[in-house]
Amino acid sequence: MNFEPKLDLDNPVGDHVATTTCYMCACRCGIRVHLRDGKVRYIEGNPDHPVNKGVLCGKGSAGIMQHYSPARLQAPMKRVGPRGSGEFEEISWDEAMELATSWLEPIRAKDPKRLAFFTGRDQSQSLTGYWAIQFGTPNFAAHGGFCSVNMAAAGLYTFGGSFWEFGDPDWDLTKYLLMFGVAEDHASNPIKIGIGKIKSRGAKFVSVNPIRTGYSAVADEWVGVRPGTDGLFVGALIHELFKAQKIDLDYLVRYTNAPWLVIQDPGAADHGLFARDENGDPLVYDQTSATFASGMNVDIAPALVGSRTLADGRTARPVFELMAERYLEPEYSPDAVAEDIGVPAEDIRRIAAELAEVAFEQEIILDQPWTDWAGRKHDKMIGRPVSMHAMRGISAHSNGFQTCRLIHILQILLGSIDCPGGFRYKPPYPKPAPPGLRPHGAPKDVHADEPLGGPHLGFPLGPEHLLFDGENAARIDKAFTWEAPMAAHGLMHMVIHNAAARDPYGIDVLFMYMANMAWNSTMNVADTISDLTAKNEDGTYTIPKIIYSDAFYSEMVPYADLILPDTTYLERWDCISLLDRPISEADAAADAIRHPVVEPDRDVRPFQEVLIDLGARLKLPGFTNDDGTPKYPGGYPDYIVNHERAPGVGPLAGWRGKDGSKFGTGEVNPDQLDRYIENGSFFVQHLKPEQAYFKHANLDYLNWAVEVGFRPTATPTIFQLYSEPMQVFRLAAEGHGEITPPELHRDRIAKYFDPLPFWYRPFEEDMVSTAKYPLHAITQRPMHMYHSWGSQNAWLRQITAANRLYIHHSVGDSINVKDDDWVWLSSNQGRVKCQVQLMDGVNPDTVWTWNAIGKRRGTWGLDDDAPESNQGFLLNHLISELLPEGGDYRYSNSDPITGQAAWFDLRVSIEKADGSGETSPKFEPVGNSSQPTSLTKLAYGADFKRRSK
Amino acid sequence: MTSLPAPTSKKLGLVIDLDICVGCQACATSCKEWNTGGYSAPLSDHDPYGADPSGAWLNRVHSYEIGEGEDSRTLHFPRACMHCEEPDCVTVCPTGASYKRQEDGIVLVNPDTCIGCKLCSWACPYGAREYDHDDGVMKKCSLCVDRIYNDTLAESERIPACVRACPTGARAFGDLGDADSDVSKSVASRDGYGLLEDFGYKPVNKYLPPRPRRNSNIEAGTQASETIPAADNSATEKLFAWADRVLSR
Repeated sequence: MNFEPKLDLDNPVGDHVATTTCYMCACRCGIRVHLRDGKVRYIEGNPDHPVNKGVLCGKGSAGIMQHYSPARLQAPMKRVGPRGSGEFEEISWDEAMELATSWLEPIRAKDPKRLAFFTGRDQSQSLTGYWAIQFGTPNFAAHGGFCSVNMAAAGLYTFGGSFWEFGDPDWDLTKYLLMFGVAEDHASNPIKIGIGKIKSRGAKFVSVNPIRTGYSAVADEWVGVRPGTDGLFVGALIHELFKAQKIDLDYLVRYTNAPWLVIQDPGAADHGLFARDENGDPLVYDQTSATFASGMNVDIAPALVGSRTLADGRTARPVFELMAERYLEPEYSPDAVAEDIGVPAEDIRRIAAELAEVAFEQEIILDQPWTDWAGRKHDKMIGRPVSMHAMRGISAHSNGFQTCRLIHILQILLGSIDCPGGFRYKPPYPKPAPPGLRPHGAPKDVHADEPLGGPHLGFPLGPEHLLFDGENAARIDKAFTWEAPMAAHGLMHMVIHNAAARDPYGIDVLFMYMANMAWNSTMNVADTISDLTAKNEDGTYTIPKIIYSDAFYSEMVPYADLILPDTTYLERWDCISLLDRPISEADAAADAIRHPVVEPDRDVRPFQEVLIDLGARLKLPGFTNDDGTPKYPGGYPDYIVNHERAPGVGPLAGWRGKDGSKFGTGEVNPDQLDRYIENGSFFVQHLKPEQAYFKHANLDYLNWAVEVGFRPTATPTIFQLYSEPMQVFRLAAEGHGEITPPELHRDRIAKYFDPLPFWYRPFEEDMVSTAKYPLHAITQRPMHMYHSWGSQNAWLRQITAANRLYIHHSVGDSINVKDDDWVWLSSNQGRVKCQVQLMDGVNPDTVWTWNAIGKRRGTWGLDDDAPESNQGFLLNHLISELLPEGGDYRYSNSDPITGQAAWFDLRVSIEKADGSGETSPKFEPVGNSSQPTSLTKLAYGADFKRRSK
Repeated sequence: MTSLPAPTSKKLGLVIDLDICVGCQACATSCKEWNTGGYSAPLSDHDPYGADPSGAWLNRVHSYEIGEGEDSRTLHFPRACMHCEEPDCVTVCPTGASYKRQEDGIVLVNPDTCIGCKLCSWACPYGAREYDHDDGVMKKCSLCVDRIYNDTLAESERIPACVRACPTGARAFGDLGDADSDVSKSVASRDGYGLLEDFGYKPVNKYLPPRPRRNSNIEAGTQASETIPAADNSATEKLFAWADRVLSR
C-alpha cells in the first residue's frame, strides 16, 4: 500500500491577528496573537519587535493555556469564612469598589501611613507608585526588595546603570562573556538570542554558577563556585589585573573618579570624603600645571598616584591608590581564596589572563567618529570586548551589593563599560551615579488627605535622606533606616511580619497586587500565614483588612478579605513605560503597550483600571478634576494617553505632540494608542551611530537624552569606583554629623558601608554552625516557568509538575541515597521532606531545587492529588525572614545596605528519610468553591480542526 | 504493510545545534501550540490539572548529564520524528495511514485511515510517535506541513513552528538532500550526525554536537603566567610606578 492523501495546506492561521506584548514573564516580548472566532488559535513572536525579534520562549508559546486556565478568578469576592478558609461570596464590582473605598477613605483622612500598598510582579509601577503618592501613604514598593535591589542599587551608585533593563552585553561584538549566577533572567529571549550569537561566532562564554544547567550547560567554561563567593572570585580577578598592570588607565582618567583625591584624616568628620574646591568639585592633582584642579575640568592630566598635601596641610590620596592597595592585599590573591570559592587558583589566574588578553590584545576599533562630553572629536571608537552579566546568584545573598560593585569595578578597570564589545547601556540609562531621586515618606512628607511629598523610592546620599518618624522607622518595611539605608526598592518581604508585630506601627489595610506572599514569594511560609491570621484579644485580625488583586486563585487569595480579580494579559491595556522598566535595546529607546485582543468571559477588570477608578472614588488629586469628577473616565487607556508626569512627559514616549511627530516630550496626542497598535504595539527610537557607545560621556547622546527627558543635564556620568555616599554613612557610624545611628547599629554600618567594595561571608553562613549545616541550598526557576505562573498551565506542568532536590553524587553517597529517595533537609528555621536526584554538574557543597513548583492544595485549579502539592516542595519553609538569634538585635535576613532579601544564604543539613512518598510540611487544603471545576481532559484545538474541515 | 516511495531526492528535515540549545522548551510548547489547532489537532491532554497530567507532544526536550569528571557536561536534547529515509514506522503500518511523501520525504500519518493500533510507535526507535486519545489516532511531527507550504503565510514564516520560535537559533530547517543547502553545509562543517544511525533507518534530521570545552582563550603557546607576572612583594610599588604617567582627561 502506498497512498498519499491530498492535504489542504493553505488554511489561514486564524481570521484575525493582533499584536500585543507578552506577559508570561518580565521579558515583555512582542507577540502576534492569531484569533479564530474570538478564540486564541496561536501566539508567536513578532519579528519586528526590538526585544525578541520574532522568537518566543517556552512560556510565551504556552500562553494559550495561561489565558484559558481554570485557576482564573471569576468575579469580585468578599471573604465570608475565616482567613485561609477560602470561603468567599461573589459580589458586584460596585459593591467591591464601595467596600474598598469605605476602608481606605478614613485612613487617608486620618493617617495615610496605615495603608500599606505593595505590588509584586507589577509592570505598571509608574502608575501604582503614582497612586500611592496621591493617596499619601509612605508605604509603597514592588517586589524589587526580594528580587535584585542590591544589584540595581550597586550599579546605579557605581555607573548610573545596571544589568537587565538597564544594559546588556554587546551581543554583536563581544569576544568574551562572563556571566554570574544567571539561570533564566528578565531578558529571557534577548539573552538566548545573544548566547546563540556569541557561541556561533566563536566568542568565549564563561558561566560562574554553582549549578551547570540551562545557560551554564552551553558555556564554554563552567566555573562552579560555592554560593556567595562570587565577590571573592571577582576580587581575585581584580587582584591579578592590578598585579599584572592590565588596567585601562586612560579610561579610568577620562570616565571615573580614580584620580579624585580622598582626604586621609582618620577621626575627622571628613575623613574618606573627597577633597573639594570652593565650588564643591572634587579635586585632582593636575600633572600639567603641577597644582590641584577641579576633577571636572577638561584640559588636565590628573595623577592616579601620589599622596598630596592639601592647602590645609592634610594628606589626600587618589582613589586609584586606595583601590590598588585594597585589591593587592594577599587576602584577594588566587591562592588565598581558591579553597573558599571552590575553584583552583590556576583557573582564577588563567581567567584573569584571558580577560586581560581579550580586553587589551583583541581590542575592537570602529571607524565611527564621535564627540565626547567636552566637545572633543574622536575618529574612532575603541572597544575592549569583554562583557559581563549577572543576576540571582549575586542578588539573593547578603553580600550582593558589594559583590555587584566588585563586578562593575572589574568591568571598569578593563575599560569595557559602554564600549564596542563591552557592556552597553540601554536608554534611558545611563543616569547620574547615583540618580538624583531621594526617598520620600518621612513625617514631613506625610499628611492627612494630602499626597506624599514626592516619590517613595530613591537613592540616599547620607543619613539626612533616611526616613524616620522620631526614633522609629517611617515605613512599615523599615526601608531607608539604619537597618537598610539604601533600600531603593523597599523591603516587601518584611511588610507582613512587621504589620503583624505592629513594629514600627500597626496598619489598617494591607493592599497587595500580584504577589504570592502566602506561599512562594515569602520567606518562612508558616509564620507568614500565622501573621496573616493573627488576632487581637477581641477576636479581630491584627492586620484588620487585606485587599488583594490577582488574576489567578493563588495561595494568597484565601488570606484576603476582598478580592479584586484581574484579567489575563490578553484582555488588558498596559503600558511598558520608559518611566518604569523600559524595553529599550542598547541602540534604541523603546516602549510598548498591551491592548485587549480578547474580551474577558468573566466578571473581571484589569487592576490598573480598578486602581484609577478607586483613585477617583477616593478623590485623590491625581485622579480627580477640580470639580470632583474623575480625571480619567476612560480608564487606563485614558490615563496612558492623557496623564502627564511633567509637562509633555507621559507614560508613552512615542508619537507625542498634536500630530504625533515628537518623541520623548510633547503634547498629548489623542491618537497615540492607535499609532502604537498600527505599529505592532511598540515604539522604537533608534540612536544614531555616533550616539551608540560611550553614552555616559558622549555629547550627542547626552544632549539628545536631555532633549527627550531622560536626563536632567548633559554633564557626563562619572563612574564612582569609590562611593562617597557609603563613606558618609560610615562617618555617621563613627559619630560624625547631625544624624548618627544608635550604638546598636554602629558597628554594622561602619563595617559594611565601605566605599570600596569588599567581599564578606554571607550572614547566615557566619552565624550558624557550618558543621551542623554543612551545605548551601539555593533555588532557580526552570526556563519554562521563570517569573511566570506555570503550575496551572496544562502544558507547562506536563514538563515540570514536581521538583526534586538536586545533590552532588558525593553528597548522595555520604548519606546512601539514590535517585528518587526521600530525604529531610533541615535549616535553623525548619525542615522539609523531599526527593533527591543525584548529579555531577553542581558545586559539591551545594544542593538546589526548582523554585515555586510546590503548590498548596486547593489552589491554582489543581486537584488535591496533584504532584505539585504532594511531591513538590518549597525551600521557602527553611528560610527565615530574620537572621538567626545571637546578636544584640535580630536584623532581617537581608543585605545590610539595601535590605535585599538574602534567600540564597540558606545553610542546610541533609539526612535520609523513611520511604514514605509524601512531602512535608503539607498545609491543610484551602477551600475553593468559588472556582470552576477543572477539566479532566483537554482537546483545545478540536474545534479549530472541525471548522477548517 | 505499507511500502515506501522510491528514495526521495528532496529530504526536508531539521538540524539541531546541541552547542547552543539551552533547554528552554520553546520548541516543545510552540510545536504543541501550533499543532493543537493545526494539521495534527487536537493533541489532547489527559488529567491536565490532576495527579498525572499527560498529553500528546510532537517534540520533547530532554536534559541530562553525559560523561564523567572533566568530560562531564549537561546536555539539552530535543527529540522528534527524524523523517527517516527508511522508516519502519511506515512499513509496519497495517492500513497505509503512515506514509513517506515522495515529493519531500516528510513522514506523515493520515488521520482518516489510522486505526490507532500503535504498531508504528513500537517500530520507531526514537519514541517519536504519540497517541492522541481524543482523536484515537497516532500523531507525529509533520515538519509543520501546514506551515511550510501555506500560501496564506508570508514566505519567511513558512518554516516549522519550532524553528520559528527557537530563541537561540539552535534549530534550522531545510533540504538535507541538497548538498548546497545551508543545513547540509552546517552538517558538513560541524560533523553533524544522525541519532542512532547504527539502526539503519537513515534519519534525515541531524544534530550538531557540542563544541569542545574551552578552558583557555589564549593563543596556543602563550602561558597564563606570561601574561600575568608571578607574585612580587613590591606589586603595589611597581603598579604605582607604572600608573605614574601623564594621562589626559
